[in-house]
Amino acid sequence: MDHIELSLTQSLDHCIKCNICTSACPVAAVTDAFPGPKYVGPQAQRFRHEGQPVPDASVDYCSGCRVCNQVCPTGVKIAELNARARAQIVAERGLPFRNWLVARAGLVGRMSCGPHAPLLNFGLRLAPARWAVEKVIGIHRKAPLPASSTYTFRAWFRKHRAPTTARRQVAFFHGCATNFYEPHVGKAAIAVLEHNGFEVLLPKQQCCGLPLISNGDFKAATSAHEANVQALVSYARQGIPIVGTSTSCTLTLKEEAPEILALHSEDVQAVAAGTYDIFEFLRSLAERGELKTDFRPIERHLPYHQPCQYRAHRLGSPAMDVLSLIPGLVLEESHAECCGIAGTYGLKQEKYQIGMDVGAKLFAMVKRSGSDLALCDSETCRWQITHGTGVASKHPIEILAEAYGLEL
Amino acid sequence: MRTIETDVLVIGGGATGTGCARDLAMRGIRAILVEKGDLTHGTTGRYHGLLHSGGRYVTKDPQSATECARENVVLRKIMPHCLEDTSGFFVTTPWDDPAYGDVFVKNCRLTGVPVQELSVQEMLRREPMLNPQISRVFEVMDGSADSFLATRSTALSAEEYGAQIWTYHHVVDLVREGDRVTGAVVEDLRNGERIGILCAYVLNAAGAWAGKIAAMAGVTVTVLPGKGTMVAMNHRMVNTVVNRCKLPDDGDIIVPIHTVAVIGTTDVHVPDPDVYGIEPDEIQFMLAEGDKLLPGFSQYRALRAWAGVRPLYKDRDVVNDRDIPRTFKLLDHAERDGVEGMLSIVGGKWTTYRLMAEESVDALAKRLGNTRPCRTAEEPLPLPPTEHQTTFRPPIRTTGPGARVAAEVEALQRAPLYWLGKHLSEVEREQSFADLICECEMASRSRVLAAIDAGAKNLDDIRRDVRMGMGPCQGGWCIYRTTALLFERRGEDGLSQANSNDALLHFLQARWKGLVPVLWGDQLRQARLDELIYVGVLGADRLRSIAEQGGGLVTDNPAVATEYVKA
Repeated sequence: MDHIELSLTQSLDHCIKCNICTSACPVAAVTDAFPGPKYVGPQAQRFRHEGQPVPDASVDYCSGCRVCNQVCPTGVKIAELNARARAQIVAERGLPFRNWLVARAGLVGRMSCGPHAPLLNFGLRLAPARWAVEKVIGIHRKAPLPASSTYTFRAWFRKHRAPTTARRQVAFFHGCATNFYEPHVGKAAIAVLEHNGFEVLLPKQQCCGLPLISNGDFKAATSAHEANVQALVSYARQGIPIVGTSTSCTLTLKEEAPEILALHSEDVQAVAAGTYDIFEFLRSLAERGELKTDFRPIERHLPYHQPCQYRAHRLGSPAMDVLSLIPGLVLEESHAECCGIAGTYGLKQEKYQIGMDVGAKLFAMVKRSGSDLALCDSETCRWQITHGTGVASKHPIEILAEAYGLEL
Repeated sequence: MRTIETDVLVIGGGATGTGCARDLAMRGIRAILVEKGDLTHGTTGRYHGLLHSGGRYVTKDPQSATECARENVVLRKIMPHCLEDTSGFFVTTPWDDPAYGDVFVKNCRLTGVPVQELSVQEMLRREPMLNPQISRVFEVMDGSADSFLATRSTALSAEEYGAQIWTYHHVVDLVREGDRVTGAVVEDLRNGERIGILCAYVLNAAGAWAGKIAAMAGVTVTVLPGKGTMVAMNHRMVNTVVNRCKLPDDGDIIVPIHTVAVIGTTDVHVPDPDVYGIEPDEIQFMLAEGDKLLPGFSQYRALRAWAGVRPLYKDRDVVNDRDIPRTFKLLDHAERDGVEGMLSIVGGKWTTYRLMAEESVDALAKRLGNTRPCRTAEEPLPLPPTEHQTTFRPPIRTTGPGARVAAEVEALQRAPLYWLGKHLSEVEREQSFADLICECEMASRSRVLAAIDAGAKNLDDIRRDVRMGMGPCQGGWCIYRTTALLFERRGEDGLSQANSNDALLHFLQARWKGLVPVLWGDQLRQARLDELIYVGVLGADRLRSIAEQGGGLVTDNPAVATEYVKA
């Protein structure tokens, strides 16, 4: 067993039962169905034994927001322990169809994206249709489902004509949401990168595997990650940064997939080390004085929510740092632990209300701001914010592109 | 002084004494058992929890090996709820004589200890943390046993058959009239009341204390208290008992029991079973030995260390204490010393307690003219009220030397075997996770209350019943909660706040003793937090002035103040 794996499996020993994680857990605060990270994590772990039946079920109410890891004073890898415990439950009791489906963001996206998207989007706005989806599949009727795009980001990119003046290269990891639901986020990222003199390469890629991990389907998650590593490792080895706009995807490539799935090959490590969230990347450019600052002022006051999955990168607030360079723009940080959606968690019939209750603090903050726009780096969080507040939401990269005055 | 009459007075509330009380009662013989502490207060409650396959004794002590192998099967049938079928390995590490493997197998066959060799690959598949340099592996029918629960279940059965079990009753003196022991004077430690017990026979089952008891009747019984120190690690890095394949020695066994892995043991002769300490070098030595079985073992979190005293009966001059047979011996003092009315049952081990009781009671029954047969091997033990009434049956072992017995036991459809996930699964089923008193060991309020109502005389009694305070935080969060419940529950029976304070201080001190030898790393950090809770927040250091013994509790009574206090 290598030291990374040992540091995870042994981390339960570091728990001093202080309850800081339980106090900080946004899920335990709103529901009795979840006993809290200490209980389902290091505490329950002492009662689990691979050769015996899975004794518990409540760990499934962990949303995977990783707030526990962030606050733990002794370094217990609670979120990882929980993800693995859930996978044990799935291995023993099977994966419910609903979870199988929502975990396959790529498959669902591919089926719903295209010229037929408006029809599908219309259909999914009809209450009876959503009622039926809830009854048959178990996706809550009110849960925020994204609108599909009529074209994929990749299709757009193929036709996109890049400037020929580029001096350096980056590889772009767009993720499922940008490809199938929000190509405009990818377009903004490409525009910003190209404006800064980068040639953007588009590696072959599939779902990062996070929804598979958080639904306990480790087999599929492992093959997704291995395929991504295979497609990305040559970039990493050439020193071409792999940059993504979805903070969850980049966290998965960097850390979650290797640690939770126990994948520690040199290729996996190379990809992990070579992957950056886009604002992490832009901030490092700014720190080296390489980021263009030809910004047009944007006289706005906008609420900004840093997703829990972004805080889990442990980078501070790169988006805030970069956007602070835009004259006139004032961002107000939400300081909310989590929006509640946690990827696919808040879609589920039995967890929808928990997700909404978790997000209540954030929703109140956004509404209080009086703004008609909120910023957030993660797609599912944006959808949840808009669902919970009625306020439109954008990726910070879109504001940056706007500040550069870039045509999208 | 009140005087009570009975047929047999059993002295000692460990596994043996309690087993004797049950056997006597089941044969219709009136019995009173007296124990100066709680049940299992002595050695029974301080052993590593191994259900012996017999493997450890096949070479040096073949009789013990055979007895263990037989009783192993019997215990699986009568107390499945107390046992976990972990199975056991004997492994040849690079530090062990590779030739012993063949001797071991041959001696297993000779003594009737079921054994089967495994490939190292298979061993690593089942226990990936074990040392890959291990060259041979033999599987035996080892298991782990909850000696607290087993003894309480036995006592419950004894009581159901009419025996009286008096805990916290200390033998002040044995009454000898001429050449006959006719009874004893005991003291109720709760209130100091002295009670005379008249009996036809005294059965001395005081284990390591048997010499002290015998001396009260003017008889010399040499019991060498052999101190064995053990360390519990915070979680189970193995789920199989792992023994070194060599002659039994210090630090050569890891027992996964409940939520912990216990490494044991040392064997140090101590002059008095009430006076001993735990030395730092013992701990260091055992952790280093653990590294040989499981690389990195010493780096895991050690939870606590403790020691028990083996009741080794010394028949004649034996040079090395490890060479004293682990088998038991029934001493008839009439034959041996010319003193009628008293028998002593000495030596032995937890796994053979029932057999020891059977032989002792056979001898007593014969003398009392009772011809009813022993039925303790057939009739299952009842479940105490602190136990979850669970119907879930964990899957049984289907491979290895224990498979046949496992199928046989399962066919009886008795209480389900204990399994590691049991308490967690019950808490999940009852959705009682918001009502846990001891969170580490998943002791819910209802189980703690059941322990209080069953007559706990201090918090340590509750610990033995539901494992309260035995987890990683060593009572950091549950001691004050349990104290509050005790006060709430017994306040009307005269338990005052000052008595409750005393119970809290007593238990804190008891937990602290076991922490001192392992104060580094995670456990030091834990102890610091616990100190902040009890001293920084609750002011426990200033509680002594408003703490008082009494209220039906027994805390710092000198009769039970054993352990390391005086060392």
